[in-house]
Amino acid sequence: MISLFLAALLAPQATLQEDPVEPYVQRDANAGAKPFAGHAMLDAFHGRAGIDRVVDDLVARNVADPRISDIFKAQDLVRLRRTLKEQFCYILGGGCAYTGRDMASSHKDLGLQVADFNALVDNLQKAMNAEKVSYWAQNRLLAKLAPMKRTTVVR
Amino acid sequence: MPSSLLLRCALALLSLAASSPALARDMRAGGKMLLTGGVSSVEGAAGGGLATWSLIAGNETKDGIGAKAHVTYLALPDFDLTTGGVAIGIKDRVELSYARQRFDTRAAGAALGLGRGFTFAQDIYGLKLRVIGDAVYDQDKLLPQISIGVQHKRANRGAVIRAIGGRHTAGTDFYVAATKVLLSRSLVLDATLRVTKANQLGLLGFGGDRRDAYRPQFEGSAGVLLARNLLVGAEFRTRPSNLGFAREQHGADLFAAWSLSKNVAVTAAYADLGDIATVQDQRGLFLSLQGSL
Ligand code: HEM
Repeated sequence: MISLFLAALLAPQATLQEDPVEPYVQRDANAGAKPFAGHAMLDAFHGRAGIDRVVDDLVARNVADPRISDIFKAQDLVRLRRTLKEQFCYILGGGCAYTGRDMASSHKDLGLQVADFNALVDNLQKAMNAEKVSYWAQNRLLAKLAPMKRTTVVR
Repeated sequence: MPSSLLLRCALALLSLAASSPALARDMRAGGKMLLTGGVSSVEGAAGGGLATWSLIAGNETKDGIGAKAHVTYLALPDFDLTTGGVAIGIKDRVELSYARQRFDTRAAGAALGLGRGFTFAQDIYGLKLRVIGDAVYDQDKLLPQISIGVQHKRANRGAVIRAIGGRHTAGTDFYVAATKVLLSRSLVLDATLRVTKANQLGLLGFGGDRRDAYRPQFEGSAGVLLARNLLVGAEFRTRPSNLGFAREQHGADLFAAWSLSKNVAVTAAYADLGDIATVQDQRGLFLSLQGSL
């Protein structure tokens, strides 16, 4: 009981630690897409709590997915979860600022192929289904993300 | 549908260096998103049912070679059309296809003086090249995916074709197809321009006593994605009317394409092909089964 309590207390600090990254200019444009106007998309994703659940689930699926799991090995998943949540929240009109790097510089060394991109989209669709985001709203978000194939896939 | 659904399989080599694991992989199997290979049209190329699309068949991306096979059965009141074929998609750029169509005149064959169960058949060899645009990824552009293609068709009933006024037993269609997936609206749209002399797709030969010249024809599809693996829509196709003995009419259908898995899809449609060889109102069910890699 006590150890559980302690673990719960200590775990957040331990897991919120991010690795340092090369300095870069922070701006919303780094998110790579313009945000939706209005509240409809944020509502479809069940607010910021829903976006957080979708991103956590997406990252968990990617890490467990034999098609792409190796790409995520030894990466800073704490930072990835945080910046992805910001990015989705920004694009979906949730009013967040995006503080991460742009898509080209954050993926340039990963050697991604089209099939990797599609595997990630596949996992995102599963995560959105688990959150019961309507298929229509899912496609609207995917329409914003699809062109990022050009900046993230280098081969 | 855009489907092709399907198709991705396993992937191959995995990482060497943890920092850039993907660099260890090269050609790999699968990887296209569901339905982005289209289904198989009646002429064997990736498309809807009646219309040929600009999408490249199979489940492969630019890093692989995919394939698709299909069988299609169209049951009309007085005829049936059976098609089987294969298509190979190379690096999401080039598509090679072959299809064989068999048109059974059943009892109408006797009425037309051909004999009961007389069949027409043709072989269709297709080549398609993706020229510009990406139907799926270019969601920030209006530009559709545009492909050009040829279909060389060889019909088997030369004597009958000549007797009804047809001029050639073989012919070649040329087309340019533009296809766009509008994800923000969950729509799949296609418009294709084809120059052809084919009578009833080519089964009744090419050119005729009324006209023996290439004429531009239109074929198009519009569908809405209702789920990740379900596309429903409608198609329309104009056809030349070259033969004096029977006017050829436009074709249309309502379809549903459902991908059961990455590798298997089914298309069901209600098609209206108008009058065929003087026999009126040929409307019926179209069922197509496709497997893709
Ligand atoms: C629509 C597509 C994608 C979006 C929106 C996206 C978004 C992001 C974001 C926001 C970051 C963090 C940037 C930062 O640290 O400042 C990131 C990093 C990363 N992404 Fe993506 N990504 C996409 C595609 C992919 C794909 C297809 C893969 C691999 C299958 C991938 C793997 C990674 C990895 C491993 C990192 C960490 C890189 C590092 O920390 O150096 N991403 N991505």
